[in-house]
Amino acid sequence: MTRKSPLLQLVHARVLVFLREPATLFWVFLFPVILALVLGMAFRDRPPEPPRIGVVTGIASSATLHDIYAKSARVHLAEAPAEELQRKLDKGAIDVIVGLDEAGAATYHFDPQRAEARLARLVVDEELQRHYGRADPVTISERTEMPRGARYIDFLLPGLIAMNLMGSALWGVGYGMVAERSKKLMRRFATTPLSRTQFIASYIISRLAFLALEVAFLIGFGALVFDVEVQGNVGLLMLVALLGVMCFTGFAVLCASRTASVEVVSGFVNALTLPMWLLSGTFFSYERFPEVLQPIIRVLPLTALNDALRAITNDGAGVAAIAPQLAILAGWGTVTFVIGVRLFRWK
Amino acid sequence: MTAAIECRALVKRYPDIVAVDGLDLVVHTGECLAVLGPNGAGKTTTVEMIEGLTAATSGEIRVFGVAWGASAAGDRQIRSSIGVALQETRFQERLTVSETIELFASFFGESRPTAELVALVGLEAKQSGRVGKLSGGQLQRLALACALVGKPRLVCLDEPTTGLDPQSRRQIWDIVSRFKADGGTVLLTTHYMEEAAQLADRVAIMNRGKIIALDTPAALVASLAAEDIVDFTSDRPFTNERLLTLPGVSGATADGLKYRLQVKAVADTLPALFAAASESGVHIVTLGTHQATLEDVFVHHTGRGLQD
Repeated sequence: MTRKSPLLQLVHARVLVFLREPATLFWVFLFPVILALVLGMAFRDRPPEPPRIGVVTGIASSATLHDIYAKSARVHLAEAPAEELQRKLDKGAIDVIVGLDEAGAATYHFDPQRAEARLARLVVDEELQRHYGRADPVTISERTEMPRGARYIDFLLPGLIAMNLMGSALWGVGYGMVAERSKKLMRRFATTPLSRTQFIASYIISRLAFLALEVAFLIGFGALVFDVEVQGNVGLLMLVALLGVMCFTGFAVLCASRTASVEVVSGFVNALTLPMWLLSGTFFSYERFPEVLQPIIRVLPLTALNDALRAITNDGAGVAAIAPQLAILAGWGTVTFVIGVRLFRWK
Repeated sequence: MTAAIECRALVKRYPDIVAVDGLDLVVHTGECLAVLGPNGAGKTTTVEMIEGLTAATSGEIRVFGVAWGASAAGDRQIRSSIGVALQETRFQERLTVSETIELFASFFGESRPTAELVALVGLEAKQSGRVGKLSGGQLQRLALACALVGKPRLVCLDEPTTGLDPQSRRQIWDIVSRFKADGGTVLLTTHYMEEAAQLADRVAIMNRGKIIALDTPAALVASLAAEDIVDFTSDRPFTNERLLTLPGVSGATADGLKYRLQVKAVADTLPALFAAASESGVHIVTLGTHQATLEDVFVHHTGRGLQD
């Protein structure tokens, strides 16, 4: 009777088990889509709200200021007694209160810590000055078309792909390996001629089998629902995704090399993934973190994968442009994998 | 002919306990040897060293003449020739019975057809069913199928029927007997003396990391020099000396008012026992007899029962 090689047979078995596990399918395919939908909706690009300005009612200047601002499309006017406006300003419900005394001098009351308030002050001032006859000496023309790939969803989608690749590699390989050890199935394998290399390789290959599907699924979803377009080469994108998965598989093998309980390995995986979700710029740019953290953040594997995927998707980058990121991924993957295989025990 | 298994001065020491304490054991090719002993006797540790799962602290193990740990090729050769059923293996629940057998088959250079194994272990009706849906007895038969799939010359079965109902136990025994009838060697651990009596050509009684008796089941029972065992309780004490003077009694033990006599023939001893009782005004409250078994041999050697 002809049989497949042990490696192929193990990969086949793992793929079957994966497909028969509804929870895994949810986490790998549906969860990132739901995240993209929710976040994409929440942060979809809308015309910016006009500044909300307050004018005190029932005093001498009320009518004048009403005439100036009520018809302007550039502001949203709220007219109320002084105390009520003050309360709204304190809560951030309006951005600036405009006052005008009998001598014709204006006061702007706003919180300079808030960017919206500073912007409101500029708009309010411009409207007021123009109303009283200011002429602009310089002619302005505005260009407001933005390049493709600059929306939040364009930023988010590659991040979700990277997060998904990291999660499925760490959970799929790390958790799976430890579960087989805790069931003593690994010990049973150890009594057969199956080699350690074949055993570990079967995990990695079965993970890679789903890679193309995962990436294609998210890219397709982004294109259909949010009109996200891959600017660069899709083949290169897949290669980078492949390198990313191999890198995180190295971490998974390391986490699972000797761990006997699924609780412990869950702890390891969470300790790795949660900080990187935040630091590596999955949901927002890591440039916002303090300067001292930047060198650390940049060498994190998820940062490298995020940056490389974003560069290809949004900027159409080629291999040369993302070489440093590729080196980081390859480095982490090799080091963790080699140590993990060395530490590996069947029981 | 080389022995299937040869253990020499085998020791396994853990930080807190010496699990196997200088064990010598030879299992001949084609025989079934049962290692009988209570929990914690060192049976599993011994078998796992023979299977190559646990490294010995000292001593040597050869399987079909090849020493464990001498070379990677040698270890691989040993692994190819052994079929194993561990005490506790939970197979992947989302695979079917056939898929599980095929997976194990792929690990071996030579393997038996899946359909043949499924039939051998009587899982035809379940072969496309998920492993997660099998009963305890069916799982154990699947484990046996996986042990036999690589055409092994030796199978090591660690308590293959623990926790199973009598019918499932009998099915397992049938499968093992058939393997043996085809020339296979079997190393079996158990704490059921009935299982040892049923399957084993020789029985090794193990206690506290050592083999304390090793022979055929019949010879072990014969070593008690007793055919039958008489258990009784009385309302007042007998002296041991008095009991030993009764005809045909070769041994007597007492535990409070509970007595156990090893006797040649129940028919000779019982009338004398009742006579002695009425003579000294003692009432015999309960009385039972049975043929001497391996369990009695075990109690004789260790002073405690197998299930204790």
